[in-house]
Amino acid sequence: MMMELWNLYGMQTLMMLLHMVVLLVSVLLGVAYLSYFERKIMGAMQMRQGPNTVGPFGLLQPFADALKLISKETIIPSQSNRAVFVLAPIVFTTLALLAWSVIPVNAQWVLADINVGILFLFAVSSMSVYGVIMAGWASNSKYAFLGGMRSASQMVSYEVSMGLVIVTVILCVGSMNLSDIVTAPRPWWMQILLFPMLIIFLVSILAETNRAPFDLPEGESELSGGFMVEYSAATFVLFFLSEYANMILMSAITVVLFLGGWLPPFGIEALSIVPGVIWFVLKICLILFFFVWCRATFPRYRYDQLMRLGWKIFLPFSLLWVVVVAGTLIMMDAVP
Amino acid sequence: MAPLDFLADYLPILVMLFIAFFIAIAMVTASFIVGKSKPDSAKLSAYECGFDAFDDARHKFDVRFYLVAILFIIFDLEIAFLFPWAVSLGDIGLFGFWSMVIFLGVLTIGLIYEWNKGALDWE
Repeated sequence: MMMELWNLYGMQTLMMLLHMVVLLVSVLLGVAYLSYFERKIMGAMQMRQGPNTVGPFGLLQPFADALKLISKETIIPSQSNRAVFVLAPIVFTTLALLAWSVIPVNAQWVLADINVGILFLFAVSSMSVYGVIMAGWASNSKYAFLGGMRSASQMVSYEVSMGLVIVTVILCVGSMNLSDIVTAPRPWWMQILLFPMLIIFLVSILAETNRAPFDLPEGESELSGGFMVEYSAATFVLFFLSEYANMILMSAITVVLFLGGWLPPFGIEALSIVPGVIWFVLKICLILFFFVWCRATFPRYRYDQLMRLGWKIFLPFSLLWVVVVAGTLIMMDAVP
Repeated sequence: MAPLDFLADYLPILVMLFIAFFIAIAMVTASFIVGKSKPDSAKLSAYECGFDAFDDARHKFDVRFYLVAILFIIFDLEIAFLFPWAVSLGDIGLFGFWSMVIFLGVLTIGLIYEWNKGALDWE
């Protein structure tokens, strides 16, 4: 009896748990080294060294930072709503890690192969607004409050154009399953049609993750950290961790939607001897380099410019583009 | 396929939810245990560049934030309609296409109205 149960479910469950552990460890390590590489790349771009003391080439720096932050004192401001204050980073982190469960890293290599994968991602990334607004409100500090408001309205503004971009990709692919989105054939004219959407998506993910040049909610020089100004120790680590996890996640979504996921670049068959995971990670690194490059290059936007870009340029354009793409597909008789 | 079989696809997500939640809680708890705690009233007051906080942070704020939220709900709902339409465009063909064009047209009129009213302007 026990044997039967084991044969039926045991192996499956074990594989699932193993898969989860591998996934979570890679995401957490990815976050650690993303922070390291960000500092190194920015250092190189500003003609300085970057972290180079802890370990060879400063490679152990992220772990030193994490240990230091965890051993710091957790401060819960006396005026704050204590429960919500502590819950906010936990919610934020849970959502940031949860979204990874549907990302396909290779053919047939995905934790939860649900048929509405992209919708799930869209929903989870929308919900991270709750973490931000809870933190901003519960802190009961003016900087945190303003940062929370700004961040929430910025995130929802750019989510609209992100949603429309996703719709154009679904139009071309005819499925909401992430693996199908990667493997669906895309003729050259479809690539050209989707190219403006890639640009909009890249800018939108910068705004969605509160990164420079759209880092108004966290602008050090005006809000001194925004919604997380009151956070310290592990609660701050959680915010930091989930923001970086969200950056990697958004890069992964871009890769899945536009850059062909785990497939070798430019459809070159000879390159498929390299495992798909490697290509997937390399493509993610490319987008992450774009994140860091933007941060080192562009000055911060003003809030009215940010809102104008989102509502007056991206929204009308992507609305129009949904109709253009749908019309072209029908005209070419290529609707999947 | 049994009617509830597709729910099995979501099981890993549920487990992942618990694991992620556990990791977050564990980190906060670890920090509470490991970190020293020596609070005093200045340390626990809200950060305001070294001053004592003037008053409660929860006062009036710009109504435009509400406006953005309302606009967001309208357009996000529209996207919620667009998702199933995009998947099934092959089945509904030209009729489905024109229906959605009309729907988007109506929404665009709304957007133009908002635009002219200045709801999208921040000064």
